[in-house]
Amino acid sequence: MHGWTGKILTVNLTKQTTEELTLPAEVYWRNIGGKGLCGALLFDHFRHAWDDPRMPLAFMTGPLNNTSSPTSGRMTVMSRSPLTGAVCDASVGGRLGTVLKCAGYDGILVTGRSHSWCGLTINENGVAFQNAASLAGLAVSDIHARLSAAPGMQSGAHAMVGPAAENGVRYAAIVFDGHYFAGRGGLGLVMAEKKLKFLSVSGSLKTEVFDRNELKAAQEEIFRLVAASPVLTGDLGLTNYGTGALYDLMRSRRMMPTNNFRETYFEPALSMNAYAYKKRYDTKKFGCAGCHVLCKKVGAQGEVIPEFETMSHFSALVGNSDLDAVVAANRVCNEAGMDTISAGVAIATYLEITGRQMTPEALVVLLESIASGRGDGALLGQGALRFARESGRPEVAMVSKGLEFPAYDPRGAYGMALAYATSTRGGCHLRAYPVAHEILRKPVATNRFSLSGKARIIKISEDMNAVVDSLTACKFLFFAASLEEYARALQGVTGMQTSAQELLKAGERIYYRERIMNARNGFTAEDDDIPARFFQESGSSSESIRIAPISRSEFLQERAAYYRIRGLDAQGLPTPEKCQELALPC
Amino acid sequence: MLKLLNKYEDKLVAHGLCSPGEPLVGGVNDAVIWNRPDPLAEELEKIVAALNINSIIFARPTEPFFSILNYHCRSSDAEFVPEDTETRTFLHSIPVAHSMTAAEIVSLLQRRKGCVVEGHGVITFGTVSPEQAFVVFSSIIFSAFVKFFVDYAYALHSGAPEAAAASMLPDVLAAYDKFLPAGVNADLETGVFAGEDDILRAMAHAGKATVDARMVDSFFGNISYFARDTVYISQTGSSLDELDGCIDACPLDNSASTGITASSELVAHRDIYLEGGIRAILHGHPKFSVIMSMLCFEPACENRGRCHIKCDRERFVEDIPVIPGEVGTGPRGLSNTLPPAMLGRRGAIVYGHGVFTVGKKDFRDAFANLSEIETLCRETYMRIINGPVQR
Repeated sequence: MHGWTGKILTVNLTKQTTEELTLPAEVYWRNIGGKGLCGALLFDHFRHAWDDPRMPLAFMTGPLNNTSSPTSGRMTVMSRSPLTGAVCDASVGGRLGTVLKCAGYDGILVTGRSHSWCGLTINENGVAFQNAASLAGLAVSDIHARLSAAPGMQSGAHAMVGPAAENGVRYAAIVFDGHYFAGRGGLGLVMAEKKLKFLSVSGSLKTEVFDRNELKAAQEEIFRLVAASPVLTGDLGLTNYGTGALYDLMRSRRMMPTNNFRETYFEPALSMNAYAYKKRYDTKKFGCAGCHVLCKKVGAQGEVIPEFETMSHFSALVGNSDLDAVVAANRVCNEAGMDTISAGVAIATYLEITGRQMTPEALVVLLESIASGRGDGALLGQGALRFARESGRPEVAMVSKGLEFPAYDPRGAYGMALAYATSTRGGCHLRAYPVAHEILRKPVATNRFSLSGKARIIKISEDMNAVVDSLTACKFLFFAASLEEYARALQGVTGMQTSAQELLKAGERIYYRERIMNARNGFTAEDDDIPARFFQESGSSSESIRIAPISRSEFLQERAAYYRIRGLDAQGLPTPEKCQELALPC
Repeated sequence: MLKLLNKYEDKLVAHGLCSPGEPLVGGVNDAVIWNRPDPLAEELEKIVAALNINSIIFARPTEPFFSILNYHCRSSDAEFVPEDTETRTFLHSIPVAHSMTAAEIVSLLQRRKGCVVEGHGVITFGTVSPEQAFVVFSSIIFSAFVKFFVDYAYALHSGAPEAAAASMLPDVLAAYDKFLPAGVNADLETGVFAGEDDILRAMAHAGKATVDARMVDSFFGNISYFARDTVYISQTGSSLDELDGCIDACPLDNSASTGITASSELVAHRDIYLEGGIRAILHGHPKFSVIMSMLCFEPACENRGRCHIKCDRERFVEDIPVIPGEVGTGPRGLSNTLPPAMLGRRGAIVYGHGVFTVGKKDFRDAFANLSEIETLCRETYMRIINGPVQR
């Protein structure tokens, strides 16, 4: 095969054994890679609980990894979420996706549970289990430094879990190469439950490309579109300011979640924008393997500059106006290996329920207690919903399917309300990302204060992003490029004759399969919802922008339309007819 | 939804791209709805059912565009490939169907955003909004028009003009005259503007005047004004004839990134202002200016085929420089090539793309410059094809 190695490494941690799994080419062609391949391999296991040793943790690359296709350095991690019980996958950057291909594998499928902390080193010459007991309790940066210092691993790539995962935080992340997070839904806790502390991978194998000229032509088309994109490479875009470039926009559109989504405007945000970080920390850019946008930022003294969601949740959401505290809070989460979005919402829930105010110092201390599982942090580490339920105020948790909301208030972009609700992994912005058209005007602008027609747009976007996460490319690039150009890249790499619309069909199958997996675990229309607050309370309006509650009846009407378009029944459950059409078991 | 469909039907007509009552615009959520009943809807719904889309436009364009599209269809097998910026960046190629059947059209739309159906018209779609279908419809017409005139001039130059093109040329030119408005005078505000409301109003008027003069299709082009150390600029993908609420204020020091939604040409505009003496910039896509930018008779040029990024000759249409440069900020971007070319000039033409003009106080001179450059380019083109053949 071109593009794929044709080999998946299966690891049984209980027996400390490995095997190589060879799949029929048709499985690759139907599922592409990344998210699609993860879903195909995990489908039959999804009745297992997240902490059942039989429940796999999958790391899958895509056919474009280790080629010159733009943003081809990503990969997907998937398992069942300890936080939500739903399907949980994360597209993650860094280098591991590329290096794993260099080691000769399309992916790793981990099952079982080691009796003590272990690690796995993988290269083109073999796989070895390592004793990782000495890494327990260490901060992520220390673990990364030690793994990188190992013989032959200086140019390797590493994935690891930190103290938050060791201490049972349900939104613990897997950290790749020190900076890149498989952040949402607690995949780090799944890895920790298996007592797998790290993966270290090195290799030098090439990925076979079917037609280099075709790939080069696609690459040029994509580069041209990226260069034409103000959001990506414009002076105010992601290359210059990182994802923090969105911060001003959310403020000006009055949709910045503030005080646990009770308000949508945070006055101090004016002086806490990406420009402020750039000035204060003299930031430089870096990024994932195979990407020229380089949206990550680091300060002159090595400070890791927060991403947009972190900037927003550790300021507006928790009422903090201290820039340094945001950076410090981010550092605590990074070093512990935990998701900043869930941590921010958990803390905001805590503040609303207790009525307390948050000082910068208290913010950092509370995050440390979450990471270590101590004091109030122990329960907050179980997520906003569990904390709110324990406190008798479940309505205060700003979650969908138990996953905390990121930094887009749906009252400022109505498509986001539907996207949060229908997302298979819960309160996630990345499944459909309607902010692209509702706010960023890409590919064209839509009315952000209307749900009309959004059902089909959300469905198409979910399908498209399922393809992007299977390729495995970066969603940001799709502010500029489209599947039209990436179909050509895929064709160039694999020789697979395909088109944008055929890929969308594959995306539909990949996404529908996740609906089936969730349905088998009891998820219904009741879970495809967002908190009542968004239907009952206004946000922070201005003279020119009215942030009103979303109409509940219009939301339900559009959700029903979504079900019809997606081929689900009125309860949001898969139908035999649609399963048959997509050749999926029901 | 119906309101949105009607809006784009009206725009196709208002822009002179289709005759009244002609455009068929469909929107799809959990069912397909049309702007009007039509017997073709049944076939088009088969196309909709086979694709993951949310909107579709089918229409027979007005003349001369319909004849030009059919000419390209007859001259092509599966697709034709104009070399203007719109095609290069967004369309890539324009597929051709030879029958108005879903069976043939679906396979074309699976890989491209629109196609031409020989003898019938143009079909385009959107996945987010009918606006995408409208933009692609407009782009196909623009690109096909430019290709027709560019190809004709080169064929004439090589001594082998296409007979069919030559025979239809008088009718095409006559129809194009009818397409253009009778006059291009615009009663625009007199500057200098200082207040934000005055700036926004002046920009909105100038943008609409540019569209009305058909020197740009509404979703292309951009416009800006410089005051108070801030560049006020139209947002990316905004319609120059609908700028209300679609202008970003971008401070020169980049101290706010609210303008992340600003036009992709923000950097080029800003760097022109930084040279001093300029208050207004207008960017349109007048067709003959684009055509002239793509005509170069330099023999055996090593950069042939890469003119849009590699051209190293000093080219002019009279006093107007023609420069290479791709959209945006990349290493070959017009953000690098345009500002130096504009120094001391009333405007410049970017190869295959469009014209940028400047105003010292307001949009009156920027608009006049745009109109004059287009007239100049059309006259120059006519001299090329009517005069002694350049060799």
